[in-house]
Amino acid sequence: MRELVYYEAKLEGLREILAADERVHLFAESFLGLSEHRGLFREIVKDYPDRVIAPPISEIGFCGLAIGAAMAGLRPIVDLSTASFTFEAWPQIVNEAANALYMSGGQTRAPVVFHMLHGLRGGGAAQHSHSPQAMLWNCPGLEIVLPSSPRDVRGLLKTAVNSNNPTIFIDHTLLFELRGPVPEADEAIPFGQADVKRAGGDVTVIATSYMVQRCLTVADRLANEGIQVEVVDPRTLVPLDFQTLMASVEKTRRVVIVDECHQSCGVAAELAARIGEAGFDKLQAPIRRVTTLDVPVPYSAPLEEFISPSESRVADAVRAVLS
Amino acid sequence: MLPKLPRESLIELCRKMFLIRYFEEALIGLHNEERFKGHYHVYIGQEATGVPAISCLGVGDYLFTTHRNHGHLLARGADPRRLLAEILGRRDGYNKGKGGSFHTNVTSLGFPQTSGVVGGIIPLATGAAYAVRAQKTDRISVCLFGDGALEEGAAAESFNMASLWKLPVLYLCENNGKYGQGKAAGTARSSTMAVYPLTDLPAGYKIPAQQVDGTNAGAVHGVVSEAVKKIRQGGGPQFIEAQTVRWPGGVTNWPVVPIATDAAIAWDVTSVPEAEREWYRDSDPVLIFIRELVEKKQVSREEISEIQQGILGVVSQAVEFAFDSPYPNSETALEDVFA
Repeated sequence: MRELVYYEAKLEGLREILAADERVHLFAESFLGLSEHRGLFREIVKDYPDRVIAPPISEIGFCGLAIGAAMAGLRPIVDLSTASFTFEAWPQIVNEAANALYMSGGQTRAPVVFHMLHGLRGGGAAQHSHSPQAMLWNCPGLEIVLPSSPRDVRGLLKTAVNSNNPTIFIDHTLLFELRGPVPEADEAIPFGQADVKRAGGDVTVIATSYMVQRCLTVADRLANEGIQVEVVDPRTLVPLDFQTLMASVEKTRRVVIVDECHQSCGVAAELAARIGEAGFDKLQAPIRRVTTLDVPVPYSAPLEEFISPSESRVADAVRAVLS
Repeated sequence: MLPKLPRESLIELCRKMFLIRYFEEALIGLHNEERFKGHYHVYIGQEATGVPAISCLGVGDYLFTTHRNHGHLLARGADPRRLLAEILGRRDGYNKGKGGSFHTNVTSLGFPQTSGVVGGIIPLATGAAYAVRAQKTDRISVCLFGDGALEEGAAAESFNMASLWKLPVLYLCENNGKYGQGKAAGTARSSTMAVYPLTDLPAGYKIPAQQVDGTNAGAVHGVVSEAVKKIRQGGGPQFIEAQTVRWPGGVTNWPVVPIATDAAIAWDVTSVPEAEREWYRDSDPVLIFIRELVEKKQVSREEISEIQQGILGVVSQAVEFAFDSPYPNSETALEDVFA
């Protein structure tokens, strides 16, 4: 299979989507955040001047506009840039889009994609480093997607655009330079299919987004110590492929969950609760969470590193569930 | 002033205004008899805005409305039986009992979303306008909201985009507190805006904006039909502030009906309690409209009485239908989360 760099796969997917469906309109400034490759996005703008629109700095306005456009038959993708900016658009995302189908009794669909870059990116500080996936997971009606590889970002983006539901597409800047296999063929990766990114028999590590790549690095290192880690990536939180997660847990009987949300009520907390409810008798050690510590995100590099779900904290947690 | 319409159309407007008035009066009665629970908002006093305004629209146009939606839905042709069933949380309600008074919408009539969040629909309506333009249709999108919604940032952001991109959207702001009486009485609040007249806000975004007397069906029909024509011709967004005087029965959060509306009051208000008499004499848009219909010899007082009796029958059938409709099965609470 050919290899692509993550940002190439992402933009290729976007181009394929725009070419395939003229209902797709993109409200975005860059789609690649502040990445050095963001200039490539301008090429797409040139090719689709009527369908790629740079909106004013009006998150509640343009998110609502995209939702309304979706209700009237378009398939809009909205770029919120940093995921922290979802808070500016919260009323529209969680109180209009997420509720539309339900409170209309099944009449109104809002097939809109909200794209954003989450997490600790290095120097983002408190106001540009949020991981809002757990907060959004607490709002029924939203599908939540967290790609972690070049193949996944392209394939999941296609499914997101084709979905009839409002979909949160949460990407991570630190994935952009990752190289990996991507099929030539048009591939849409279905939601609700977890992916075992690395097989192993000793410990299950469930990780999302950039943490998948971090955990694969840790797994390589721990293999040298004779510890075989299985890395499972849910890929979508809603819908969640709990079956695949539990199959791995039942095999290894030891679980570490790694996610960039803050610890309290985070993605790891929810997954740990579900695994505890469904499989307490299968576990040979308490479930361990490795997350961002419960403080606002500090600016200074060593402080940010200290609160992050770092490689060393992941490795320590794996060793702990084995001891 | 009467809308410039043939007699049959004027009678249809009269029927719709009566339907809204009697529907809402019946609803208040049911609530005050404790036959249903929950908060709700009525459209009494604004009939001569919504009815003629909505009559100017085409079948393909989109309408977005708010917690004060009953009048808009009925003006557009919604079945009062299914609307009331929804307000009562019954299975035959338009939204299967999941929306209620705050969220009743009917997509087949062009209402994609009814939001109880003040200002929530302003971006949505602007987005539907973006869509219909992208689809190269001559449809338009209409946003029906109250004066309070202008206090939300969503309104300003939407006006900016609608103006920048010349979107086919009509913002129809229904200011039901023209004289701020509620604020003076310490009850229902009127808009709290530094910008006054309210039309200065959209005008600041270069959106053509005008005021109209919302109790004057002819004036409303005139400005709305003209605005709709301009929007459909590609002229971009338009803003209209329709001013009505708040109905004295609705100045608190829990309405009471001072007197059941009867056409006879249009000519003799002595039966109205003195405290509310002024409103029924000078500001009741339904009574103003029927008085004009008779004065301009479009209909006789007997015909008005027949229309009134007919609508009272429709409303009592709606009440019967809605209470006969069972509650939904509890398990349906788990449906319609995802498409």
